[in-house]
Amino acid sequence: MKKIKKYMHWILLSPYLTLFIIFILLPIIVAIYLSFTYFNAIQPPRWVGLQNYIDLFTRDEIFMQKVLPNTIKFSLIVGPGGYILSFVLAWLVAQLTKIPRTIFALILYSPSLTAGVTMAVVWRVLFNGDQQGYLNALLLRLGFIDKPIQWLQSPEYLLTIMIIVSLWSSMGVGFLAMLAGILNVDETLYEAAYIDGIKNRLQEVIYITIPAMKPQMLFGAVMSIVQTFTTAGIGVALSGTNPTPQYAGQLIVNHIEDYGFLRYEMGYAAAVSVVLLIIIYLFSRIAWKLFGES
Amino acid sequence: MAGYVTKTNPKRFHKSQLKFYFILTPIAVFMLLPIIFIFSQAFKPIDELFLYPPRFFVRRPTLNNFYELFAATKGSSIPVSRYLINSILTALFTVIFTIIISVFAGYALSKKRFKAKNLIFTINNLALMFVPIAVIIPRYLIVQKLGLIDTFIINILSLLAMPIGIFLIKQFVDQIPDALIEAALIDGANDFQIIFNLIMPLLKPAISTVGILAFQVAWNSADASTYFINNENLRTFAFYVSNLTAVTGNTIAGQGIAAAASLIMFVPNLVLFIFMQSRVMNTMAHSGLK
Repeated sequence: MKKIKKYMHWILLSPYLTLFIIFILLPIIVAIYLSFTYFNAIQPPRWVGLQNYIDLFTRDEIFMQKVLPNTIKFSLIVGPGGYILSFVLAWLVAQLTKIPRTIFALILYSPSLTAGVTMAVVWRVLFNGDQQGYLNALLLRLGFIDKPIQWLQSPEYLLTIMIIVSLWSSMGVGFLAMLAGILNVDETLYEAAYIDGIKNRLQEVIYITIPAMKPQMLFGAVMSIVQTFTTAGIGVALSGTNPTPQYAGQLIVNHIEDYGFLRYEMGYAAAVSVVLLIIIYLFSRIAWKLFGES
Repeated sequence: MAGYVTKTNPKRFHKSQLKFYFILTPIAVFMLLPIIFIFSQAFKPIDELFLYPPRFFVRRPTLNNFYELFAATKGSSIPVSRYLINSILTALFTVIFTIIISVFAGYALSKKRFKAKNLIFTINNLALMFVPIAVIIPRYLIVQKLGLIDTFIINILSLLAMPIGIFLIKQFVDQIPDALIEAALIDGANDFQIIFNLIMPLLKPAISTVGILAFQVAWNSADASTYFINNENLRTFAFYVSNLTAVTGNTIAGQGIAAAASLIMFVPNLVLFIFMQSRVMNTMAHSGLK
């Protein structure tokens, strides 16, 4: 009985650790291993060293010319953009009294509940390519355009629409955390700061609010990163094809799927996965640098 | 208090707050439009769907699209209700098991003393940024090796490891004084009794939050159905909706059905959040990452 008590924490942790290892840790390790192999899912993996990475950065024109620039553009705008938007809106909402604040927070938060893929069917109607599409009909009537635009099929618009849709739904858990953080800043800090000579609300935000809620800022940043890369598959859902028209909305997530499940070049797809994991990690390093305490 | 009139978290209304309403109202309207559009579209009768120029708001609402949604698959062997039941079961079990697993682990990480504790918590914090879709291929291979392809249970299992769940619960358990637990231990309670009788009731806000997050993931995710399941009988409603245009075609009538399906996806999320929002906000106050 004593012995069981001594190892109780492992008993309590074991369900989580088991699932964590199977579905999070092991996939990352396997991805790293496979990225150094040729693997077509039929024959056993064959070690090829760095060949996949060399091919990825020297031969894969689509990756270097479309997928990587698209991913960087998308994640730089949707990640930091969505994050700043979340913070600004959270701050604005925090300036209101309780009931209107709750209503506004609910409205701003609700798009994040629609979660990319299932909402795509609705976006396709709004951005429909013929004159029946709502955006086309509106722009035609206002005289901005004289013939309907194939929004989701045209390379010039697809990525922009993906970014707008993702920004629209970016006020998620991070937004709520930052709102809670802003509301919980100790009021006496503000009073002291005004005595010390802070002059306006912007200074108040920069010198008091943000430093006082660093942990929530960091949490919000991590959530933004996760959300950005989780919704990154939306181009395929919007345009209805993988690859997207002229690879205009092709992001790394789609490239992985393209090589892994359509071409069965799983070793190569794993190398792409590793590159994505590194990108995600770099983003979060920046967040920790900005807001982490140690 | 001299020098400023507006302030964060005000107790009562002051006309200086009006400027925030002027900024927030147009943004809120913009955010709401697509959601109003789903509602409007879902209840449109067929002639309003065909209308040109298209009209945003519904004039004569009907439930026709919902009937059509459930009739659309009558011809095929698998009715929509099958996908819905799969989704409800997936969401229910995912919520229950995520809560139990997270509370066990969060309690151990907060209140137990052992060597690897900080290491595990640090790794879990790193894993907060884990994006499952990034390693979908090794995940697929592992699921295949475990013989879990084409099983219903993979819908649930693949979602249960939720680093944010452990994180939020642990932060909340940290608030509970050690003395309370020590007193229970002296009274002869074991860890499971402490968890279920003492910790769980005190953790209501955090448990509601983790539950709601688990529900959102389970209800909205089509990943397991897309990648791990080939048998239509086992797939979820989220999968069905994301492939809806393949069933109905990209027709005008299909658009009404699609909107009805999206509404079914969206409303449970919204209703749950409205009921739980104060508990969620309470939990988020402790969500800081250090």
